[in-house]
Amino acid sequence: MTVAVEPHASESSAQPGMSDQPTIAVRNLWKVFGPAEARIARQSGPGPNAESVEQTVTKLGGTIAVQDVSFDVRPGEVFVVMGLSGSGKSTLVRCLTRLIEPTLGEIDLDGENIRKASQVRLRELRRQRFSMVFQNFGLLPHRRVLDNIAFGLELRGESKATRLARAQEMLGLVGLEGLADRYPEQLSGGQQQRVGLARALAGDPEVMLLDEPFSALDPLIRRDMQNEVIRLHDDLKKTMVFITHDLAEALKLGDHVMIMRAGKVVQIGRPEELVARPADAYVEDFVRDIPKSHVLTLRWVMRPATPDDPVDGPIFPSTAVIRNALHAAAGTEKPIRVIDDNRLVGVVDRASILETIAGADPG
Amino acid sequence: MTALRWRTAALADPTSARRALAVVLVIGAAIAFVLFRGQATLTHDDDFPLFRSLNGVRDVVDDNRYVLDPIRSSVASLVDVFNFAIASLGWPGIIGIAGALGLVFGGGWLAILAVTGFASLGILGLWEASMATLGLMLAAVMIAVAIGVPLGILAGRSRRASAVIAPVLDVMQIMPTFAYLTPMTLLFFIGAAPSTVATLIYAIPPAIRITALGIRGVPEATVEAATSLGATSRQVLLKVQLPLARRAIGLGINQTIMMALSMVVITAMIGAPGLGRNILSAVQKVDVGAAFDAGLAIVILAIILDRLTFAAGEWLDPRSHFTRAQTLRQRLVGWSGPAAILAAGLLAPFAVDATRFPTDITFSFRSAINQSVDWFTDSFSGITKGIKDVLTANILNPIETVLTESPWWLVVVVAMILAWYLSGRRASIIAGLCLSAIVLLGLWGHSMSTLANVLVATALTLAIGIAIGILTARSDRLRMVLRPILDAAQTMPAFVYLIPALALFDATRFTAIVAAVIYAVPPVIRLVEIGLRAVPLTIVEAATASGATERQLLWKVRLPLSQRALLLAANQGIVLVLAMVVVGALVGAGALGYDVITGLAQGKDFGKGLAAGVAIVLLGVMLDRITQGAGGRRRSTVARAG
Repeated sequence: MTVAVEPHASESSAQPGMSDQPTIAVRNLWKVFGPAEARIARQSGPGPNAESVEQTVTKLGGTIAVQDVSFDVRPGEVFVVMGLSGSGKSTLVRCLTRLIEPTLGEIDLDGENIRKASQVRLRELRRQRFSMVFQNFGLLPHRRVLDNIAFGLELRGESKATRLARAQEMLGLVGLEGLADRYPEQLSGGQQQRVGLARALAGDPEVMLLDEPFSALDPLIRRDMQNEVIRLHDDLKKTMVFITHDLAEALKLGDHVMIMRAGKVVQIGRPEELVARPADAYVEDFVRDIPKSHVLTLRWVMRPATPDDPVDGPIFPSTAVIRNALHAAAGTEKPIRVIDDNRLVGVVDRASILETIAGADPG
Repeated sequence: MTALRWRTAALADPTSARRALAVVLVIGAAIAFVLFRGQATLTHDDDFPLFRSLNGVRDVVDDNRYVLDPIRSSVASLVDVFNFAIASLGWPGIIGIAGALGLVFGGGWLAILAVTGFASLGILGLWEASMATLGLMLAAVMIAVAIGVPLGILAGRSRRASAVIAPVLDVMQIMPTFAYLTPMTLLFFIGAAPSTVATLIYAIPPAIRITALGIRGVPEATVEAATSLGATSRQVLLKVQLPLARRAIGLGINQTIMMALSMVVITAMIGAPGLGRNILSAVQKVDVGAAFDAGLAIVILAIILDRLTFAAGEWLDPRSHFTRAQTLRQRLVGWSGPAAILAAGLLAPFAVDATRFPTDITFSFRSAINQSVDWFTDSFSGITKGIKDVLTANILNPIETVLTESPWWLVVVVAMILAWYLSGRRASIIAGLCLSAIVLLGLWGHSMSTLANVLVATALTLAIGIAIGILTARSDRLRMVLRPILDAAQTMPAFVYLIPALALFDATRFTAIVAAVIYAVPPVIRLVEIGLRAVPLTIVEAATASGATERQLLWKVRLPLSQRALLLAANQGIVLVLAMVVVGALVGAGALGYDVITGLAQGKDFGKGLAAGVAIVLLGVMLDRITQGAGGRRRSTVARAG
């Protein structure tokens, strides 16, 4: 069974130095396709329960793609939505900018109610504040790379000189100098998606939505592109909502990861929380093959210090991944001291590190 | 194993039930025919009251001339504009333009084709007639494109618009050319204006349909990407959909031109000047040689226009450009060739008489063809006559007898049951309604004669088409030989097909059937071949690995798996055959087509001609629905079995 997790419920730590107001706040979002949609959309009140929606869908026909989804995306973070095909993740991300009209629920961008936005306002938001990267790139085959990157700016009505200068700048940012005059069909898949990234960045949006951007790429290229996204994120601090079906990718990129299954949220948490405390058997099954020492931090394996512990063991912060402490632990019998803000918060025995690597439950 | 056996048993059950039902139906119909033969046969009456009252329709229309006359005169003046332009350019100008366009769009070979093609129109002594045809056709195409492309864009972007437009196009697609003629004379008399309007109506469906397909074919992801960047609906259209659909729109215009050319020749029957008139009078005089010259001119015109517009579509496609990035210098060099040809054409009038193609270099196939036709008839008339007589006596006449001597209600009932059997309830109701309407129109007897012709021609078409289709699917060499022939056959206007049939069989009922078969066989071959070749290689391999012989492969794998393509071929074949059988009235087929022709020629028979046009459409709709649904039923059976 899936467990619907309230936002914040599994948050053991708030991110320091970030404002309280989420960039995107989604509450009780539903998307139903088919004849039943109109009836369900008319339901008012404090939000329908799953049973009543299911009854309506069975009676009138249709499918529930997104079911009562709530989450927050904090400013500047990478929020990953992970799920297998058919889990509703791509529908969900399209609902955020109403490329697909949601059936029920609230979406706020910096406190502004997106669902009530007029078509004109919506277009403004898409032009200025959101941008999107697609799995199949969505490039215009009849335009040069440079014109593709400048396309969003052209739609906004920027002058040709401005937009081409900006596009040239973006071309450099994604490492495609010299390919400005090519056509998309002449580029490799990885290069095409770099164009997609550049196009999304050109408008200097606040939020980037990436819908399985690397799923169509070879594994090696995919790794390059993931690192590229990490680099761009570090440089530009954009808030990102990243959709993927690849758990390793989710854990690598996400500040927070939301796991979806059959339209429902199964779990929301930091990568290490998913690995350490899977909400249910479904998530557990997913994370089983993930090497825990690559994801878990020392905080998950430390125990309170006792007066008997030696005070000269190696020092690591609690946010360090276990794998990084491995070398130090191997060099000494003494337990690792975990220090946050110059304060000893616990110690890690060599045995618990080895247990984690061996795959035993760290709890 | 058991599951498989159970499934097979379940499948066999309804099949054998159907078969039993079919046998019962045939026997029942036969008994009813014997019992009721000669009763309620609705013999034809030229003075059927409805025909008279349809004559009165003209008076109603005449009272509303203030709406129609402006349309008529503006269409006529558009044609005049084109004719004036063509006349002022003169023959060197036209040839120069064609050569320049050929060089720009397709390169040297296309330029040579265009120049020699146009020149040969003059050499055949048919320059004026060809240009009259060209002018009329260009006017019709211009209007068709101006209306059709926007409609296509609308249908491509809006599901609702498409739901309205698609069924109309479906019916237009199966309307035989002849059905358009009488209503046009009713509205616009005879001459250039009704011919242009008939041509544009006939030719507009591909402009709409292919444009809509092109718009819809733009990848969803690309449109979505533009929308996600904040594009307005208008920006999506202008910056994404139209540029990417440009090639499709070009193809749509190409098809519209081909259909217009086919129709503009037929409108000779309502007074259009040009090559059609030459063919018409030649066919009426059974002067095969003269018909051949004009037919050849039409084919040449068709090939040039087809290649030119097709190349233009490719050239316009933005995607084809990125392979040839050019410097300004290269571009200037590239344009200089076409410019030179054009200039030569435009400046030639200073040196030669441009208004009249020089007559001292004419060449005609007329006497040569007539001699060989005479020789052929002298030597082989025994064979052709034998074929004609055997088929007429043993197939055509019996079918016609059954259809015309059965009580009308028996034919309606059998048609309805047959439609139900093949295509379900909807088709059955439509078939019943169409036939009942024909009864009310007072054209039962003539419709049954036409139907008999159609059935015989369709049977021949399918037998020949499927046989050749199977052969071409199996032999790449045969395919290579046939392909250009089929290509050419499909660009040829319908009228042209009368000529060989006339040469072989003189003017009789059977001649129309032969023309219809020649006309309808090429598409059938192509559809069958495509269907057979589309059978997945893995299935063929699996069957071969199980030890299937070539013959078993064909009967147990390829043919069953290409059932849909075969049914589509049957559907297309029957629609094309009907159109041609009606045109065949010009070479001796009587019945409905002849009613249309006499209606055009004589005032007092106008009502009958109009009714005959309607009856032709009703027959077409009925035949189309009965055969079109067949694919759907078989599909659902297969789906149930799987």
